[in-house]
Amino acid sequence: MTYTPQLRELMKKVEETRPSRVGVHFPRMSQEERQDVLQKFHPDYIEDGFRELKVGVNKGSRLPNEMADVFESYSPLRDVELDLTADPDYDVDVLIIGGGGAGASAALDAHAAGAKVMIATKLRFGDANTMMAQGGIQAADKENDSPAIHYLDVMGGGRLENVPELARALVMDAPLVIKWLEDMGTMFDKKEDGTMITNHGGGTSRKRMHAARDYTGAEIMRTLRDEVYNQGINVVEFAAAVEVLLDENGRAAGAVLYNLETEEYLIARAKTVIIATGGSGRLHYRGFPTSNHYGATADGLIMGYRAGAKTIYADSIQYHPTGGAYPPQLLGLLVTEKTRGLGATPLNIKGEQFVYHLETRDVESSAIIRECEERGMGVPLPTGITAVWLDSPILELTHGEGTIERQLPAMLRQFQRFGVDIRKEPMLIYPTLHYQNGGLLIDGNGHSAVENLYVAGEAAGGIHGTNRLMGNSLLDIIVFGRRAGRDAAAKSKDMPGPEKLTLEHVKAYHRELEEAGAAGSRVGPILLPHYTHR
Amino acid sequence: MTEEIKMVDIFLMGKRYTVPETLTILDAMEYAGYQLTRGCGCRAGFCGACATVFRMANDYELQVGLACQTKVEDGMYLAQIPFFPGRKASFNLEDIQPSVAHFAQLYPEVYRCLGCSSCNKVCPQDIDVMQYIAYCQRGDFAKAADISFDCVMCGLCVSRCPANIVHYNAALTARRLYSRYIAKPDPFLSERARAIKDGEMDAEIDALVTADNEKLQELYNEREIEK
Repeated sequence: MTYTPQLRELMKKVEETRPSRVGVHFPRMSQEERQDVLQKFHPDYIEDGFRELKVGVNKGSRLPNEMADVFESYSPLRDVELDLTADPDYDVDVLIIGGGGAGASAALDAHAAGAKVMIATKLRFGDANTMMAQGGIQAADKENDSPAIHYLDVMGGGRLENVPELARALVMDAPLVIKWLEDMGTMFDKKEDGTMITNHGGGTSRKRMHAARDYTGAEIMRTLRDEVYNQGINVVEFAAAVEVLLDENGRAAGAVLYNLETEEYLIARAKTVIIATGGSGRLHYRGFPTSNHYGATADGLIMGYRAGAKTIYADSIQYHPTGGAYPPQLLGLLVTEKTRGLGATPLNIKGEQFVYHLETRDVESSAIIRECEERGMGVPLPTGITAVWLDSPILELTHGEGTIERQLPAMLRQFQRFGVDIRKEPMLIYPTLHYQNGGLLIDGNGHSAVENLYVAGEAAGGIHGTNRLMGNSLLDIIVFGRRAGRDAAAKSKDMPGPEKLTLEHVKAYHRELEEAGAAGSRVGPILLPHYTHR
Repeated sequence: MTEEIKMVDIFLMGKRYTVPETLTILDAMEYAGYQLTRGCGCRAGFCGACATVFRMANDYELQVGLACQTKVEDGMYLAQIPFFPGRKASFNLEDIQPSVAHFAQLYPEVYRCLGCSSCNKVCPQDIDVMQYIAYCQRGDFAKAADISFDCVMCGLCVSRCPANIVHYNAALTARRLYSRYIAKPDPFLSERARAIKDGEMDAEIDALVTADNEKLQELYNEREIEK
């Protein structure tokens, strides 16, 4: 009995309206309605949450305040004496920073191309948003679908602001990625004859969402990780990169790593460096809860930026429409989009649907915020916030009993742990901070504006424009991880190792910060969020 | 309708802290002042970083859970097991078959299972661990893959196994064997991959890549949505 008597009373409305909602399609918004709800309610449009960046190559660009705080900060190495002329602790062809899906994919392809590869990661290998991605991975691998149709969905969903070259690479590689994963023994949902079972996600025009129950990212991550270990690739855990090293010609040449356990700094020299550090949800923009991994603190963004990489759409943040709102232990936790993909709809306090359930994430989130904030039709919770219902029990009516247990086992288990049976009781949800749409700008090979510096995964930007569709992130980490890995390996073959390692760019950045009076006492990357005594 | 939050006493590695009762073990450790590096990952029950052993005051029975997925209770004594030195067998997937002989070479210890069911008792995902080990023993990798699927590789099963089986790694190998060799390959995927590699899909997409935004928006708005 987790829901309070007041909530149980309100839940009756949902039960009352349920039979009349089965099989009824709520209309999709027009383009004008979408634009209107976004501008009035999406946090990206609320100006006091942003400020102009005072330093670096993108000086003057708009960033969320919390990200700007990280960008306008001193390096943790400011008062640290490092001997960069000594023999490095590690010396490799390709240094990959980050042990999520992008890093693992990059490592496998760079290794396959014959490079000496090393992964340095802040926490454990596999501690990443990849592990938490539930709903699926997109690829146009059905006869009624094509990469071009996928491309149109990606561009339209991204408000046509995507870098066309990157969106093209994403969709064209997609079926190849699925094949690669299938051959590696990834356990996708399939029919008897091997046909991949695919569904819709928000903003898709074809059913191209491949899933592994609702543990899709976890299944992909554990398979990639297992293969990295099988290949004998060196993985150094609890070694957070804090700064990219450059050579005397301004090319990437390694990184300074911080051993979180012994609190020592280590030098990794490399011919090429791939930043695959993921997102930044743990910066909690505008105080939003997040669905992100503990380590998602924008480390790669600030390191890459100090080294001279450019940002793109760093002010574009994705709020996932269905974050857990109650019980409080589930606050911010991702309720997979697969739940809506299967047909669960958001409902207001009267048990009425107020938005088509598969609008793109930005529009869906904005509509939920509007329902609660402007229309006052949200469900008040004992914790003091408001939320809307997500009618999961309707799935048992529309798809048959047992659907939730089969298709959404992770969701079922998580809510059960805190006393809610989503087969019988609707969920309470509110948008949660989910994804960094932008990041460091790359080209089709994952290369950044800095020579020999690559970026892959959520840290990279441009692929999704200013709004990513479900299932394109698991895809992008592998597409661009592999592309970066292959290109970095090829490049490092024809290249002698860097002669001299420097951190002069960091000193220059510090001078710029001081001239702009921008940093105060802040230090970044922050590496870990601080939740003590909250 | 905001409620007052009750406080409870918990014991982190024997030391008492007073924390709000609504917190998970993970949140409670942070509330108490810990800055976690080990024992904390996705915070959502997927990554297996935060395996925790606990018992209630005056009770001898040990219980387990994921720290991010378990609420604190008054009188809870707890410690985390953030790592367990389980062995992973290395293999080349292309060189092995889903056979008892190959599996036994990789994980001979599965045959030492005593049938004690300790693994089942500690699995925070409620997986029938002992049963999938039995399926692995007899080479039924399809069933082993199916029932082990929700494993988050937290290692609690390994910590309790008297036969030193590393269940989660055996299960992962079983799932990869099943997916690679027993489940059929998608019948159309290879053909699509070939068409892309041979450039047959280029013309259709390049027409869009070179189109202006007005045209793209029009095509997007009018695109047909599969029912």
